[in-house]
Amino acid sequence: MAPKPLDYESLNENVKKVAYAVRGELYLRASELQKEGKKIIFTNVGNPHALGQKPLSFPRQVVALCQAPFLLDDPNVNLMFPADAIARAKHYLSLTSGGLGAYSDSRGLPGIRKEVADFIERRDGYPSDPELIFLTDGASKGVMQILNSVIRNEMDGILVPVPQYPLYSAAISLFGGSLVPYYLEEEANWSLDFNNIRQSVAAARSKGITVRAMVIINPGNPTGQCLSEANIRELLRFCFRENLVLLADEVYQQNIYQDERPFISARKILFDMGPPMSKEVQLVSFHTVSKGYWGECGQRGGYFEMTNLPPKTVDEIYKVASVSLSPNVPGQIFLGLMVNPPKPGDISYLKFATESKAILESLRKRAHIMTDGFNSCKNVVCNFTEGAMYSFPQIRLPQKAIEAAKMAGKAPDVFYCLKLLEATGISTVPGSGFGQKEGVFHLRTTILPAEEDMPAIMASFKKFNDAFMEQYEGYGGYSRM
Amino acid sequence: MIISLYSDAIARACEILDLLPGRETGAYSHSQGAKGLREAIAAGIASRDGFPSNADDIFLTDGASPAVQTMIQLLIRTEKDGILCPIPQYPLYSASVTLHGGSLVPYYLNESTGWGLEVLHLKNQLEGACSQGIAVRALVVINPGNPTGQVLSEENQKEIVEFCRKDGLVLLADEVYQENVYAGDKKFNSFKRIARSMGYERDELSLVSFHSVSKGYYGEGGKRGGYMELCGFSTDVKDQIYKVTSVNLCSNILGQILSSLIMNPPKVGDESYESFTAEKERILSSLARRAKALEDAFNKLEGVTCNKVEGAMYLFPRLQLPNRAIKAAKIANAAPDAFYAHRLLDATGIVVVPGSGFGQVPGTWHIRCTILPEEDKIPALVSRLRGFHSSFMEEFRD
Repeated sequence: MAPKPLDYESLNENVKKVAYAVRGELYLRASELQKEGKKIIFTNVGNPHALGQKPLSFPRQVVALCQAPFLLDDPNVNLMFPADAIARAKHYLSLTSGGLGAYSDSRGLPGIRKEVADFIERRDGYPSDPELIFLTDGASKGVMQILNSVIRNEMDGILVPVPQYPLYSAAISLFGGSLVPYYLEEEANWSLDFNNIRQSVAAARSKGITVRAMVIINPGNPTGQCLSEANIRELLRFCFRENLVLLADEVYQQNIYQDERPFISARKILFDMGPPMSKEVQLVSFHTVSKGYWGECGQRGGYFEMTNLPPKTVDEIYKVASVSLSPNVPGQIFLGLMVNPPKPGDISYLKFATESKAILESLRKRAHIMTDGFNSCKNVVCNFTEGAMYSFPQIRLPQKAIEAAKMAGKAPDVFYCLKLLEATGISTVPGSGFGQKEGVFHLRTTILPAEEDMPAIMASFKKFNDAFMEQYEGYGGYSRM
Repeated sequence: MIISLYSDAIARACEILDLLPGRETGAYSHSQGAKGLREAIAAGIASRDGFPSNADDIFLTDGASPAVQTMIQLLIRTEKDGILCPIPQYPLYSASVTLHGGSLVPYYLNESTGWGLEVLHLKNQLEGACSQGIAVRALVVINPGNPTGQVLSEENQKEIVEFCRKDGLVLLADEVYQENVYAGDKKFNSFKRIARSMGYERDELSLVSFHSVSKGYYGEGGKRGGYMELCGFSTDVKDQIYKVTSVNLCSNILGQILSSLIMNPPKVGDESYESFTAEKERILSSLARRAKALEDAFNKLEGVTCNKVEGAMYLFPRLQLPNRAIKAAKIANAAPDAFYAHRLLDATGIVVVPGSGFGQVPGTWHIRCTILPEEDKIPALVSRLRGFHSSFMEEFRD
């Protein structure tokens, strides 16, 4: 009998090294419990529509018409769809070479890339070249493509924030590179600590690692901070001096819940700083339709924009993109609509603006409810969610809890999160999935559960947490759990 | 009231929404794809093959291409890991093997026997690779073939199954053209059906079957919908595949829905059945006619032979180019078939892909052309092609 061709042992080692906690142990356990009939509140991933957020009407109308062009021939179409949605649908259909079922250019439809370029120009005040904008099936695919291009071998290092969204660590493992961590300062609202960054780079270099790129996530995931302009400037200067390409994950740029630090793109700041930096620093910026107030995760729409990358490099990236033929066309249309939404005067503008505003205001409220709720719990300290979609409270676990976790063979925050899940049905992601300082524990939850459910969820959490703390801070090993 | 929607389409849409988290197409689904949609696909596979299929073995992906790339990535550890790929092949395979740092181990399809796959040749190639220290991990078979268009016989498929079992290879079965079969005497059989009908149970053959919504009679390439069905893999291997796919969260929901629809189309008695079937027949019969028309046209050209297009969507005619043309190509620093293809493009606006892009027996030249130009445009196209070809042959006549 011949050996099994694909044993666990003979798998690509890099695949085995990949860890992605967002859909890992806690999520799998939560899914099991859900199958058994337990009510689960999934706060493990930024997935707004799964938690009751309604899609915006206008984009759905446009895409529906694009998907079913025979509707446009129906004499009654104006009774069901507003005129501007009909016009937009016809426009997008005219950009395709045969409707939504035809592969587009591997970089995405030129007309939509132009819309993206125009959006970037309006947002930042600097022109943008559609030829340097590639549409992708979600931003994650773009991130993976760029990291695959940058990482040559295990001696290539990528600076990644800790805590980080674990797409970055997973991709680095998959492509066989080295993760060079830099720690965000929790006590200073998760801001950048340049001393720490310099130390990390020096330590990596002393091990023979060539540090090639730096990732920033702004607004932050899981940490939610909005970087200050000063921070971003210093960061760009750092990349310039150290010869790093900056990878700017800006997918949460619409999710801003405070007014002191609005979103400013890394590209705008780079161009504000003028030459030589504006001509030398290499930058790739990522955006998506999955977040913001759109939340269209299931469509898989996103793009990356390249700044100061040489033409030959751009050609290679294009070549690799072409192996997958084209990003999905409906996702591209969602992206076009997101960067070029209804304007004042358009028939659909009022409804669109009302829907968008309502979502953003509610997210802002929920950011506050959650932060305040966590801060009212024993041994829990939580920075305010300035942006993005998550809350990342620090859980100060008592020594006895840490010991109990060890006995159970679990990391302390995994132990806590599993108990939380079993007691309350709240499915979170333990902080160890994102990285954290040694001995400091967190969990990540989203701020996405419906506003009316929030008070009950926070009360449920508080009840569990305070009892947990009492149990493990208290005397003896008595357990009610 | 818009009347262009059939009631069964509306009912199916409601059913599908019930299978999605939050009843929303805008939410991430399970990383393998929404369970209910996978169940529909499993049912479709079972009904096609007559053997059961399991929703947990199915991974829905943004087209078949990412699924192929995932498997190749999993299989390649170092440059000493090899994947047996057909020559000519659809270059996704060579590109993926290169991208993931492995070795492509070629096996040549036999043009003189209708692009037949000879197992003896496979064995030789395998042994040759092993003697060079290459660990051959998998065999890629594209059936119906791309660019070659052949549909494998059941006999051939059985030999291939035996070969993979005996030599411990994963069989990667690219079956995206399963609905495109034009030869009356040929039929598509999935490798899964063949293996099961030979008596091999799930864990007796490691098989990955790929399918897509991009081809067939639906041709929804722009939607990026597809899946792979994995049979004969241990749980810990499947867990690793799940883990890697979960980093991208999930494939696009509309593509997932389309995959479930192609495997579960309207049935007899459904309101849409007649119009759906009429549309399907119209498309497939037109494809068959176009395949024949273009095949005949190429075969009438001087020095050109074109194998029968039994399936898929392409013609892969062989060009016997005069020596002077080959010399001219060398001077222009181009492969002869690329040289021909450029001239063809410049003269007629017809875009083809040179055979060197797919691999071919050294010293032979081909071009790949699709059978997809609109039927009423084909006579004009053929006439332009004929005109170009005769003046090219005149120009370079020895």
